[in-house]
Amino acid sequence: MLNHIWLWMIVLSIMIAGGTDLYHEVSQPAQASTESVKPADKKEIRNLNKETRLGQITSAAIDAAGLAVKISIGLIGVMALWLGIMRVADEAGMIKILAKAVRPITRKLFPDIPEEHPAVGAMVMNIAANMLGLSNAATPLGLKAMEELDKLNPKKGEATNDMITFLVINTSAITIVPATAIAIRASLGSVNPQQIVVPAIISASMATLIGISTVKLIQYFDKKKTIKKEMDKV
Amino acid sequence: MSTLKIIIDWLSILAIPVIILFFLSYGYLKKVRVYESFVEGAKEGFDVGVKIIPYLVAMLVAIGMFRASGALDVLTWALKPFTSLIGMPSEVLPMAFMRPLSGSGSIGIMTDLMKTYGPDSLIGFMSSTMFGSTETTFYVVAVYFGAVNIYKTRYALTAGLLADAAGLITAVYICRLLY
Repeated sequence: MLNHIWLWMIVLSIMIAGGTDLYHEVSQPAQASTESVKPADKKEIRNLNKETRLGQITSAAIDAAGLAVKISIGLIGVMALWLGIMRVADEAGMIKILAKAVRPITRKLFPDIPEEHPAVGAMVMNIAANMLGLSNAATPLGLKAMEELDKLNPKKGEATNDMITFLVINTSAITIVPATAIAIRASLGSVNPQQIVVPAIISASMATLIGISTVKLIQYFDKKKTIKKEMDKV
Repeated sequence: MSTLKIIIDWLSILAIPVIILFFLSYGYLKKVRVYESFVEGAKEGFDVGVKIIPYLVAMLVAIGMFRASGALDVLTWALKPFTSLIGMPSEVLPMAFMRPLSGSGSIGIMTDLMKTYGPDSLIGFMSSTMFGSTETTFYVVAVYFGAVNIYKTRYALTAGLLADAAGLITAVYICRLLY
């Protein structure tokens, strides 16, 4: 799925950008198109890199590559902080206690994780941080959880069912206070900026519900298929 | 409602200091060598940050090109006739497409819509509810799987996007109902 979407995003961008440029060049003489894009700019030489869509997507690609490195490097500090605290909590046995406390719920959701595995503790903390809107803490805790889940992964490089379940719960995360949206609403003079809290919680719960159902359905049919295959072998 | 908000606000401010205080002092009481074990754990932070880079570059480049190409306008134009079927104002459609792709991009679209139509209009209400109802799925897939070097994501994106669609459509219905 990701392979297809990733490729098509790039291919479509280039085709649409190229098509737009071609349309502009054919339908309007060069001078006119310069003016319609930037009426204030009366330079003789055209800056094709800025003026054409193809030039824009090229610089967008280069900028995005730089941004990706910036984000990753920026994550190191806060990652180190939370991984350090998690290590202390782990050695003190806290994560196991946490994992035990939520075992009744997680047993159903994550059937392949053994009792009291530290992955469960990290996942619970990540989901709690997400709910409170603490995204600075949520990402490192989530990555810690993935690391623990990967220890149980028999095929390195391939996502396990439990990882996908966790990821889907995470992306459809229920946030009790969508702080960013509320802040922007308030800054634009909304009479009731918090009005979105309840609708957002309901929508997010629906997303989580559909996400978990999808994951569980796929896992159910996968299991059926493998059982059938093994039966056929016998 | 406002007391609830005060409680929640304080809860989110207190959460991190309390967690840090509790975890570290609990460790100390359990005779963990807190400083040494903190440093030991923190060492992994660098590896994780570096591991994510290739995955994030791949994802953000594709998303960046997609956004700059105007593909979103084409998609919105193509799907405009169908939005009325689910009761979505067509102005909100770019928001629905951008939300799983990019956090900053969807903040931009949401802010524009609220500036143009007002934060308390149906369009403003709907777009900000949409923003609060899901996460940036593509980013999460890249970062979370990247951190453990997973490139075969199997059905993760399918399930994640289905969940997003469910959340966004629910936001449309709820907002129409409450507005």
